[in-house]
Amino acid sequence: MSSQPTLQPTMTVRLCHLYPDLMNIYADRGNIAVFRQRLAWRGYGLEITNASVGDSIEADAHDLYYLGGGQDRDQDLVADDLAHKAEVLRDAADHGAAQLYVCGGIQLAGHSYVASNGERLGGVSVLDLETAAGQTRLIGDLVIEATIEGTTRQIVGYENHAGRTTLGPTCTALGKVKTGHGNNDTDGTEGATRDHVIATYLHGPLLPKNPWVADTLLVWALEHRYGAGIELASLDDALEDRAHAAAVERAGVAR
Amino acid sequence: MQIATRVAGLAARASGSLSRRLGRGGGTTVPGVVLLKLRPNAIAELIADLPMGAVFISATNGKTTTTRLVVAAAKASGLQVVTNEEGSNLERGVAAALLEGPEDGEIGIFEVDEAALVAITRTVTPRTLLLMNLFRDQLDRYGELDTLVNDWRDMLDRLERSAEPPHLVLNADDPNIADLGREREQVTWFGVADVSHALPQRAHAADATNCRRCGTALVHEPALLGHLGHWRCDNCDAARPTPDVAATAAVLHPDRQHVTIRSGDTAATVTSELTGLHNTYNLTAAMATTLTLDGDADTAAAALGATQPAFGRGERIEVDGRRLNLLLAKNPTGVNQNIRTLLAGGSDSVHVLALLNDRTADGRDVSWIWDVDWEPLDGQLASLTISGDRAWDLALRFRYAGFDMTTITVEPDTARALDIAIESTPAASTLHALATYTAMLDLRAELTRRGHVDAYWSES
Repeated sequence: MSSQPTLQPTMTVRLCHLYPDLMNIYADRGNIAVFRQRLAWRGYGLEITNASVGDSIEADAHDLYYLGGGQDRDQDLVADDLAHKAEVLRDAADHGAAQLYVCGGIQLAGHSYVASNGERLGGVSVLDLETAAGQTRLIGDLVIEATIEGTTRQIVGYENHAGRTTLGPTCTALGKVKTGHGNNDTDGTEGATRDHVIATYLHGPLLPKNPWVADTLLVWALEHRYGAGIELASLDDALEDRAHAAAVERAGVAR
Repeated sequence: MQIATRVAGLAARASGSLSRRLGRGGGTTVPGVVLLKLRPNAIAELIADLPMGAVFISATNGKTTTTRLVVAAAKASGLQVVTNEEGSNLERGVAAALLEGPEDGEIGIFEVDEAALVAITRTVTPRTLLLMNLFRDQLDRYGELDTLVNDWRDMLDRLERSAEPPHLVLNADDPNIADLGREREQVTWFGVADVSHALPQRAHAADATNCRRCGTALVHEPALLGHLGHWRCDNCDAARPTPDVAATAAVLHPDRQHVTIRSGDTAATVTSELTGLHNTYNLTAAMATTLTLDGDADTAAAALGATQPAFGRGERIEVDGRRLNLLLAKNPTGVNQNIRTLLAGGSDSVHVLALLNDRTADGRDVSWIWDVDWEPLDGQLASLTISGDRAWDLALRFRYAGFDMTTITVEPDTARALDIAIESTPAASTLHALATYTAMLDLRAELTRRGHVDAYWSES
């Protein structure tokens, strides 16, 4: 094979991974691996900056932000520290940067989380939502019908959370629950979204079986850096499609 | 034994043989379920009949193997032992074992599930309690690791106030377990002193990374297995306790190990077919536990060495001229250690059959496979066959790790996957089967159907 005559400079997504050392218990590294590989297979790069407790994040230096889930003890630690990062995260969301919040992440993305002992943890208020701990954990397979930028598809994964999340007027649900509990087990909503921000209780991890979500976030991230009009080459997602179908079937939705 | 317990026991036993005759699985715990329905306090009542009381063994990893080891050592010293050797480690399994045990039983030696242990010790105080390790496990079943550590601390506080508190045997190398034993009496610490098997770096799934007392990042010099190792906190005075019973030299071979275990002035060497550093820990823990029962070290060493691998814990079976090595894959640290052990053979043509199920006993949430460090297998695999209910999820794990997918075959059906894996493995070579619990049962059932192994519940 001959190399292409005109090499374009490689486009690179700048990812800010929030608290990778503390918020990582639901296989969050799988989501990062999906970002990296789906960019690499198309000839693009991923530059990762880890930002943990005590690290400051530079304004406007990242195209994509990721926050995963952690143990309660670690989540307390993170909530305190996030107060120093909240303004940068809100500004980035307002200016079109892509952000993904998973599990504990969705709770910290909102205004506050009230724990079972009544203690109130502040969030970053990127999304207009509130969370309070319930008496029981909501655990099991979760399938939702999600609409992102006018396209509607099923997203499949697993949920395991005590928090009940209620959406405010300025953010919309990511999707409708087909099977499982979702945000609060009562109103049928799951996750939240506004602009280029996606937050969800779905893990498993989220992205390997739902490459559509990954590619949507990557387009947003590339456009944040390089301007509108990015189109990603399609990939052979045969394995991803089989895994998605198998998980949906295990969850008892489609036959 | 109270008459009512005896009558309940007869009814329960009858239900077990009925279940077995109807072909509903092993029927190993049905009598226990029936007994506990009829006599909720039966475990305490039956253990009260044992003159030497009970030993409880719990951990995330290694409890089945270590229980076998302690049982072997106790039998070698002439004791009549009641045990749940089939690995049914919930309340019903312990109750069933007590029912089925010998009439003249002298001591009970039981492996107990991490969560069930907290419940059982509300009614029974064991004479010895061995706590081996706590690793990140199935979050949907056990909750977060911190929750379990706190539950165990409350349990130990409670046991300390009982009339005859148990002798504790604790792993000095696990920061979680070591913190549980801080400032307690009657503790035997065990650990691995030989540092020649240091990990190059701490695994991704390592959990106890921060000091439980002050929250500072712990220093491991070195880390030996997951977060087990020679740890200390540089901020406060927390540090690995000096083991009373230590593996001072472990020589690991692909098919056996020699481990020297020292306690005070005496040392005994065990030669065992149980491979890998995780089994060095199991052997050392078993020796430490045996010594609390006044066992003789040399008698114990011989008995430990003669112990064969437990169900799916490194069992080796001859299949069509290949050697099948059965390895249970239950959680990240266990699988990391299995991968390390199977690569220690030094071969660059490793054949693996990996089976992933997501049934209740496996954990319904399969995300843990992303916390396993499969990456050391990259470039070492001659063939990888992936199977089970969630085979496609596992295939994605390898795809996104950048493995060469042309050496990988995905076949959800167990029987067909076994055929493919055997065909991919040259004669006289080893095929390593890594399987979740119910996937291992499926694989065993297929091997039984083909006449390679007995059904698991009829093993002696």
